[in-house]
Amino acid sequence: MVTYDKKTLERLIDGKLSWDEIKPIISGRKDHARFDLILEILQNRVPWEEKIILPLHEHLYIVAKESQRIVKCDCGYEFGDYKENWKTKCRVRVRDTVEQIEELYPKDMGSDPEWIELREYFCPGCFTLLDVEAVPPGYPTIFNFLPDIDIFYEKWLGRKAPDK
Amino acid sequence: MGKTIGWDEKTLKTMLEESEKLFERSGRYYALDKLSLKEEDPFRFERNYASLRGALVSARETALHVAASPIVKEIGELCFALYTPEGDSIVVSTGILVHVHTMSEAVKFMIKEEYEDDPGINPGDIFLNNDPACGNVHTTDVQTLIPIFWEEEIIGWAGGVTHQIDTGGITPGHDLVPAIQRFDDGVYYTCRKIGSNDKIWKDHMISAKRSVRTPMYWELDEKCRLAGDLMIRDAVLEFIKREGIDYYKCFIREAIEEGRIIFQERVKERLIPGKYRAAGFFDLPQKTEAWQPRAKIDKITNLPIEIIIKESGKMSLTFDGASGPGPNPMNADKGAMEGGQWVLLTQILIYADKVNDGAYFAVEKEYPKGSWCNPGDIYLSYQAPWGNLIPAYTGMMKCISYGLFSRGYREEVVSGYPFTGDAIQGGGVYSDGPLMGQRWSLSTFEISGQGFGASAVRDGLNWGYAMWNPESDLGDVETWELFQGGVPYLSRRVKPNLSGHGKYRGGANYEGVGMVANSRDVDFFGAREGLAFHGAGGMHGGYPNATGYRLYAKNTNMKEIIKNRREYPLGDPDPNNGEFENLLKGDITRKPYCSIYPITLENYDLFYYFLSGGPGYGDPLEREIEQIIQDLNDGFYTKDIVKNVYGVIVNYNEVKEKYEIDEKATETRRKELKSARREKSMTFEEYWEKEKSKIIENKLSDPVKLMFSESLKLSKNWAKEFKEFWKLPQNFEMEVK
Repeated sequence: MVTYDKKTLERLIDGKLSWDEIKPIISGRKDHARFDLILEILQNRVPWEEKIILPLHEHLYIVAKESQRIVKCDCGYEFGDYKENWKTKCRVRVRDTVEQIEELYPKDMGSDPEWIELREYFCPGCFTLLDVEAVPPGYPTIFNFLPDIDIFYEKWLGRKAPDK
Repeated sequence: MGKTIGWDEKTLKTMLEESEKLFERSGRYYALDKLSLKEEDPFRFERNYASLRGALVSARETALHVAASPIVKEIGELCFALYTPEGDSIVVSTGILVHVHTMSEAVKFMIKEEYEDDPGINPGDIFLNNDPACGNVHTTDVQTLIPIFWEEEIIGWAGGVTHQIDTGGITPGHDLVPAIQRFDDGVYYTCRKIGSNDKIWKDHMISAKRSVRTPMYWELDEKCRLAGDLMIRDAVLEFIKREGIDYYKCFIREAIEEGRIIFQERVKERLIPGKYRAAGFFDLPQKTEAWQPRAKIDKITNLPIEIIIKESGKMSLTFDGASGPGPNPMNADKGAMEGGQWVLLTQILIYADKVNDGAYFAVEKEYPKGSWCNPGDIYLSYQAPWGNLIPAYTGMMKCISYGLFSRGYREEVVSGYPFTGDAIQGGGVYSDGPLMGQRWSLSTFEISGQGFGASAVRDGLNWGYAMWNPESDLGDVETWELFQGGVPYLSRRVKPNLSGHGKYRGGANYEGVGMVANSRDVDFFGAREGLAFHGAGGMHGGYPNATGYRLYAKNTNMKEIIKNRREYPLGDPDPNNGEFENLLKGDITRKPYCSIYPITLENYDLFYYFLSGGPGYGDPLEREIEQIIQDLNDGFYTKDIVKNVYGVIVNYNEVKEKYEIDEKATETRRKELKSARREKSMTFEEYWEKEKSKIIENKLSDPVKLMFSESLKLSKNWAKEFKEFWKLPQNFEMEVK
């Protein structure tokens, strides 16, 4: 059974592994202890006490808060019920003019804002850029991922979720 | 009806129906409840699977030397597969795996159409298919299928596919922008018998060669596919002589069922159950480009995807909400959709063990009727479904990456991939030199080398990925130049600012300039996104990669420049200060979009193209400054973009010929960018009001309104969610001109 020590996984999370180190991890069999080890590493890193149930994003976690499961940023900002799209609690900047898009892309190398606009979703707590949507104006905000937490823990991992 | 060829005196059609019923009833391939052969002797089972796999890889490697076209010979745009009598793939070669399941659909088409009775399926028969309506992606992918018999029973099919340079469509090329109906797509072979007794019929070959612009490549590619198929047949017959027919019949069922089991186990190992969603879009601004009046539409296609991972590890996938088809070549049928899906799954989930149609049986899918991916009209053009299919499936890669991330497998995460463009195409006739009078084709497969999306732990691969071929390889540049002799390349070099921004940037890529020489009757066109970002964004704060644009110069003074040995354009690193405009005299055309109808070029005219960068991952302000300096020194970004996106200010050290950071200015700039995030953003509620006003105050552009109106009409679910999200009345309709 393949396993990686916590130090290696910490370096993986931090993007510090060289290609020579990552390549065998990609092409080899997966380490089944990974989920628990990553959870442990992330739990030790966040500055708050709530138990992480599922890492959702580079900066967001589904955590147990009292009797609820909420989305929380590593800065401490709470986005509320994980079943609602966390983007609906974000600060949003819409780039829907040529000038705004050309701040990021040279002439003709960005979208035509009449066809596609850029939406930048920021954490209201730390203003980290959490997501960029490149969609036509008027397109509904996309809810990218709604995990089925209890099926995952109970049926796939064979144990109760940490908050149960 | 003559003698049946199926097992136990059944017809093939009965065998297929039984197979489908058994799967429907049990959820398992052929309702197998255990893998008996594997359990009894796993080493024998695996050795036998490996022997077939080896035979298919060997067939491919040998057969490609029979071919002549650089697409096949140089970059290996071919693959082979072995199928059950019912058309389910058992084992595959390496290569352009997108076609493994497409050929499966072709076999099933022949069975359902009762080919067993007419035209007959006999030992030594050869069938040819390139019809997307019965198992293909587009007409330039050409398949050769042969039945394999043991005594008087059919025991399988060998199939091979190669990508042709030309199939005689409305213009030269392999992805024909001007094709708007079936009759523009080139020659169609709808599962046609073209030979017997292992020999291709002469009348077919004469006719076929007269139907395409590259007859030599057509003939040798047909021979290449047949050679590979015959090698596979030999290997299967050897297998049966060694192991016995009863073992073989049981083995092929178990290999597919194991493939299905492996897929579901892999899903449970690496993902999280739940609902995943992403979107994609493709722009086709043809209002001014199109020749045909009814094709003069500016269109953007909605390509939403939803994936549900179930408790069993089974995956269901739908494109509910997709736009309608159109008078353009980007329509897709089931074969193309299955092929695109299958080739991605082989790259991100099932890249080891039993790669076969087991994965097909583990995925439920819905291609909404009447949409671009299931139009239900064979007379539309299906010449280049890639235009919609490539952006549609980048959403699948993102969806799976959300699951991989949550599960902790960050090294597997990919923020998506870019469009495989610029697909420049065309051709002409040599007007001078030893090949005078002969045709040449511009059909570069440099598109095999795109910048890949960034992962959650590193930057994307530079110039090395194509979604449709896990072994993407653009081949030898020199070979392409020989083959495209009418357009010698003046340059190839890294183009800055293609990579999607992020903590980890997308892969980088390069640009090139070609010049028409020693030719006449030269057509030139190209296809890729231009007004719409590919893939609807990066991931977790990463930005999409840059879009394409079109640049060419006619009536130039290149003859004089060459004579006087003066500087000429090598690229377009800064579109605001173009080398074309600065160094050339002539008629220079820039278009912000990229898919153009053919134009005529003359000798000394120049065209420009570049390939895609990949989408980014994570907040760009979290990218390490040393990496940004390296990007600048590698030519991947320019200092103005780095200043605006990454907040890094640099100076160029002329002595060291390197960029160096201005630390103080950088600190100030990054503070400015952080402040701008607070000042220029709004609450979600404010954004929602502002965005909604674009809909209800008629501020949307015509192509966007057309897109919404099609999705609202084609899907009740999508319409319901759209109206609920924007709190629109139930009777809301999108007005379109």
